Amino acid sequence: MLLRHTTPKEIDRKALTINPAKTCQPVGAMYAALGLHGCLPHSHGSQGCCSYHRSALTRHFKEPVMAATSSFTEGSSVFGGTANLVQAINTIFTVYEPDVIAAHTTCLSETIGDDMTAIIGKAKDDGMIPEGKHVIFCNTPSYVGTHVTGYANQVSSFVKSFSTATPKKKNVVNLVAGWMEPSDMAEIKRLAKALEARTIMFPDLTGVLDAPMDGKFHMYPQGGTTVEDMKATGDSKFTIGLGPYSTEDACITLENKCKVKFEMVDIPIGLKATDRFIMSLSRHANVPVPDDVTLERGRLVDLVADSAKLLYGRRVALWGDPDTLIPLCEFLVSLDMRPVYAVTGTPGKLFEARMKEILKNVPEAKFKSGERADMFQMHQWIKQEGVDLLIGNTYGKYIARDEDTPFVRFGFPITDRSGHNYMPKTGYQGAANLVVQIIGALLDHEDRTCPEEKIEFQM
Amino acid sequence: MKNKKDLSKFRETVIEKYPNKVAKKRAKGIVNNDPENIPEIQANIRTIPGIITQRGCTYAGCKGVVLGPTRDIVNITHGPIGCGFYSWLTRRNQTTTTSDAEENFITYCFSTDMQDSNIVFGGEEKLKQAVREAVELFNPKAIGIFSTCPVGLIGDDVHKVAEQMMEEYDNKINIFGFSCEGYKGVSQSAGHHIANNQLYKHLIGNDDTVKGSTKYRINMLGEYNIGGDAFEIERIFEKCGIELVATFSGNSTISSFEQAHTADLSLVMCHRSINYVAEMLETSFGIPWIKVNLIGADSTAKALRKIAAYFEDEELIAKVEEVIAEEMKDVEAAREAVLPKTTGKTSMLFVGGSRAHHYQDLFEELGIRTVAAGYEFGHRDDYEGRRVLPSIKIDADSRNIEEITVKRDEKRYKERMTKEKLEEIQKQVDLEYNDYKGLMPQMEKGALVIDDLSHHEMDKLIEMYKPDIFCAGIKEKYVVQKMGVPLKQLHNYDSGGPYAGFKGAINFYNDISMMVSTSIWKEVKAPWEKEEMVQAVYAY
Repeated sequence: MLLRHTTPKEIDRKALTINPAKTCQPVGAMYAALGLHGCLPHSHGSQGCCSYHRSALTRHFKEPVMAATSSFTEGSSVFGGTANLVQAINTIFTVYEPDVIAAHTTCLSETIGDDMTAIIGKAKDDGMIPEGKHVIFCNTPSYVGTHVTGYANQVSSFVKSFSTATPKKKNVVNLVAGWMEPSDMAEIKRLAKALEARTIMFPDLTGVLDAPMDGKFHMYPQGGTTVEDMKATGDSKFTIGLGPYSTEDACITLENKCKVKFEMVDIPIGLKATDRFIMSLSRHANVPVPDDVTLERGRLVDLVADSAKLLYGRRVALWGDPDTLIPLCEFLVSLDMRPVYAVTGTPGKLFEARMKEILKNVPEAKFKSGERADMFQMHQWIKQEGVDLLIGNTYGKYIARDEDTPFVRFGFPITDRSGHNYMPKTGYQGAANLVVQIIGALLDHEDRTCPEEKIEFQM
Repeated sequence: MKNKKDLSKFRETVIEKYPNKVAKKRAKGIVNNDPENIPEIQANIRTIPGIITQRGCTYAGCKGVVLGPTRDIVNITHGPIGCGFYSWLTRRNQTTTTSDAEENFITYCFSTDMQDSNIVFGGEEKLKQAVREAVELFNPKAIGIFSTCPVGLIGDDVHKVAEQMMEEYDNKINIFGFSCEGYKGVSQSAGHHIANNQLYKHLIGNDDTVKGSTKYRINMLGEYNIGGDAFEIERIFEKCGIELVATFSGNSTISSFEQAHTADLSLVMCHRSINYVAEMLETSFGIPWIKVNLIGADSTAKALRKIAAYFEDEELIAKVEEVIAEEMKDVEAAREAVLPKTTGKTSMLFVGGSRAHHYQDLFEELGIRTVAAGYEFGHRDDYEGRRVLPSIKIDADSRNIEEITVKRDEKRYKERMTKEKLEEIQKQVDLEYNDYKGLMPQMEKGALVIDDLSHHEMDKLIEMYKPDIFCAGIKEKYVVQKMGVPLKQLHNYDSGGPYAGFKGAINFYNDISMMVSTSIWKEVKAPWEKEEMVQAVYAY
């Protein structure tokens, strides 16, 4: 057994996290920063942070993930990181020539209290920031929140640094993308286009972390929200935030700064969340829903109806981020599946409230968020009473093997499979992809383990 | 011939782009090799802020590299969640046990997950409680505590906490800390040193039990069982009748470390990460160390012959020759099969603190020339050889890393072999006793040696010299491949391996042959991009 020391016996842990369902803020800031065109993320801390974050993102996307670091030494940790960041800004603009440097802090630079506004001001005074180029920053101390918080902070910094309101509002709806795959963002943009809605998506990882092989390395791939578009978000007439944990802060910031009203919806994963997104976009962009989209929806309902008996009553354990777990659990419930266990290391009351509502007809469900809401806890629950399916990132494969349970990979990081940045899980098409994966996992397991005489030739 | 391109132009071309000060510093880390007259290279110097580097941090070198592969210790990361998370199962350290009754904690990640209140009020109490919970749930025989950046800054004393917790458990559990904050040193290398010190202070020499055969007892140092390398090495030693007492630290256990001083010879594979332990074992207990390389079939054979020569035992010498002859049959067959595909190709290797050297042996066996190489965290001695050790200036960044003084253990010190005898053997077989000659003597004249390669330099290397294969790590992998050059990861082997020993060499031959003949690279251009399109217009 790979996790041979995990037993069903729980103790009241107060200090030790085991097999976390979260990681730290800066990696989220780095991911979001790559969704701005021409931007180089910069990690203001030890080299290891930058190296770990780049590695984690690369293993997941199988794409180049470029970022620089302030390369703190013991000296800079004692005397402050000003010299490091100023020199880094100069080096980066000279050698790597981005349009924007998006710096984020780390637990190190936060603990010593580096003042980012002052340091960037100094770099500007010293003439280190070329005309027309930008250095933006966000505070991402690793000891507050999680990778999701870091993503949210980076997205807010885009708004703080760029969004500008001119006297003229445009008939455009901002789509603030929560933490999802480039493919998920592409699918949402495709739906918006089908509705003929004018939108600006930010951040936008499409064309960045799903870039083609063309024989050249593009330090700044063609995708990503442009600075121009980012500025223009202040003139849009409305904002839709996709995923409250990763985008609400940016939406509030934009409303305060540029008077653009907003609505929060879930990341459109599954039937109902996609319905709500389509209705929100239709209403706020003032466009009708075209027949093609209704048709797509109908195809999804058809697929689910055809497969309903395979899904009904199946017990599922999930781990991941609240912005995806919430609509995912809602979708599973709409498939008559039973999401009995769910954990996320990301803290917040909203998760508890939403899950309570979504799981009101699944009284046996256990869910937990925040500190020590980890995969060890979830595995202990599974040891107490097993499940039929696991949905989460690659770290679930050890549980899947030990417990011989079907496993669908979803979330971050997925290091041992490819294609998640190409195949969407959002929208009706994405929901269909999910259903197909779930059924595939359940039936592959069934086909491998059932008695020979019971093997089925048809569904 | 493309591999005869003028490599001497590289330095001046690549540094053009840098700001003046940066260019001056980087120029010292880029040299054209001369094996006859080894040039000086700048190494183990801090990376310039803003330069996109391959390097990681001290924590990664300590917890990730050295202690990561040991299965029966609970390693608690004291800090915010990230450091523990990123070092969780990401290094492919394989390990085997004979049954589930044996401990294996490698699949687990343990962290104190420090929150802002712990940063403000201190995290020692939380750490103590975390140790208690780890004991209650896992009952381990040893617990390691690893410091992350904020721990040192707020003044949490992990060593004191470790001592107190040991007392709390009546010294029945061995608990010790590591001051491996990420900002120390200039790379992972500092973390290796810190790990080595603590291994020596808290584990080595704790148990005098002599297990296994009393003949030909060795330690294997600087081998981390990536992709099963240690399994292959264990297989070969077993076949030769050589007793492997301890490996630091591939497929290792705490008790093997505790008994390491009962061996009679230490083999050093990755000199950079573990030479400190080798030195300590010699000073304290009188175990000589020799440098070996078990990457490459010929180098493996050479290493086995060194061991046999050291023990001066006819039976062992004969056995080793028998094993080599037997193993080499399959190796040669595999090599012959791929040579037509690999001969005449060129490679570049930028990785680690020994792999950029060791893997050149495998490429030589494939007829592939290494035209450029360098380490991510090597020191000058890893490039130029240990003869330069006295001339290396210790800067402030290195001075901060603890140096421990090791004395002879008067009770247990035993001279295994006199210096005179060692030198006599050395005359017949080049043991590399207490020595490492470094990477440069092996590389050809004019070849590029670059320390702490930056992204910009890598980009230029490929643009100017387009090698057939590039070796580095995960961060470089897809950058290089976008340029149409296949990249072999030498940290995680692209989930392949083992590559050590004889069977490992065969795996490597086949994998490289596959990589240089993968079809998809021919499809990078769409047909309509390849040919000039003939455009026709209707003539009315």
